[in-house]
Amino acid sequence: MDWTWFHKFGSPPHVYRLARTLTPWFAWPAGILIVTALYGGLLLAPPDYQQGDGFRIVYVHAPSAWLSTMVYAVMASAAAVGLIWRMKVAHAVAASCAGIGASFTAASLVTGMLWGEPMWGTWWVWDPRLVAQLVLLFLFLGYIGLRSAIDDLGRADRASAVLAIVGVVNLPIIRYSVEWWNSIHQTPSVMKMDRPSMPMDMLAPLLMMLLGFTLFFAAVLLVRLRAEVLRRERGAAWVKEVVS
Amino acid sequence: MIGAALAVLARDLRLALRRPGQVLQPLAFFAVVTVLFPLGYTPELDKLRQIAPGVLWVAALLASLLSLESLFREDAQDGTLEQMLLAGQPLAALALAKTAAHWLLTGLPLTLMAPVLGIALGVPGSAMPGILSSLALGTVTLSLVGAVGAALTLGVRRGGVLLGLLTLPLTVPTLVFGARATELAIAGEGLSGALYLLAALAVFAVTLAPLAVAAALRIGSE
Repeated sequence: MDWTWFHKFGSPPHVYRLARTLTPWFAWPAGILIVTALYGGLLLAPPDYQQGDGFRIVYVHAPSAWLSTMVYAVMASAAAVGLIWRMKVAHAVAASCAGIGASFTAASLVTGMLWGEPMWGTWWVWDPRLVAQLVLLFLFLGYIGLRSAIDDLGRADRASAVLAIVGVVNLPIIRYSVEWWNSIHQTPSVMKMDRPSMPMDMLAPLLMMLLGFTLFFAAVLLVRLRAEVLRRERGAAWVKEVVS
Repeated sequence: MIGAALAVLARDLRLALRRPGQVLQPLAFFAVVTVLFPLGYTPELDKLRQIAPGVLWVAALLASLLSLESLFREDAQDGTLEQMLLAGQPLAALALAKTAAHWLLTGLPLTLMAPVLGIALGVPGSAMPGILSSLALGTVTLSLVGAVGAALTLGVRRGGVLLGLLTLPLTVPTLVFGARATELAIAGEGLSGALYLLAALAVFAVTLAPLAVAAALRIGSE
């Protein structure tokens, strides 16, 4: 089998150009999907019979929460590839993921709190899903902290890769442990209200939003990856050609 | 391999016992943190008994973490770590031996001291076996998870704060199951389920954490 296409990913200029070519292919569909889903979700979808218009924050909240975990998985996979095959570009991908993942996690927490205040009457409850999300935010912050604390780039790459892999092994255990902790401490809370399955005109914008956010993540990742590759290769000749 | 690991274990124990002050520090820290709660919250034993599981576990967690910061530091400074890397023995086994020494010098004393502090928090005597067994299992996991963090932050600026940020989220399961086991022990209920989960975490950590420690040490000394 011909592995040239794979080895090409190890070459920063190739990845830089590929990222530049691919960015619009993700950014435009993401923009169109998000705008359409916003129109569908905020204007076309009927208000919820219990929550009124308040439920509409789900169109930002759910995609952020979904992406927060996915970004961690992407980051840990890229870190593992970088560690195993010593691929510098993979480390650059992992480094670019961290900030995006932390932002999505924070966005899901903040939108959840904004929704929780009018619906539950409180900004915060010690619900397993909220705690797991908070721990995920700490994992992202720890990863960013470790990366920024080590000056040597190669060492920072590999040390943070080990941390990302340790984190991804621990994430399921943390999730189940907080669920167990809460299910014993607290009676089922407001979160457990029996929710009728969403009608199609509510669900369709949500699915579009999920896809739109995922594509948006890919586009942002590619832009950040280009910046990261340029920063890492700032001494190289090809960067001078690209920048000038 | 086992001989080398035992040699490392014996060496670490001997070094620590020549400076007993360092062994006592985490214990003193554990006691001080626990004493702060009656002062800051309430001296009523009935109320303290309710928060005793959380207080004991968080204080033990912090004491264990505090002592982990220096787990590899001295060896890295005086070149012992490099010799271990070159020794031709599996680094994971040596790392496990060092962590075992740390547990014997910190985790085990913390466990043995917990009942005394438990009495100060109004914990009934019948709960002591439960507290001892849950902390004995839990501190194994804490030592191993903390060793990963200590190896990653070796030689890093402001490593202590960073060690906390890296390690504490990963200790959530141990804290949850450990505090739950202690709570059940105080309430006089069966706690075997929580102990099994703590034991599972400890086995999991003993199996995988030394590999992560070894990888982190290799990266740190490149």
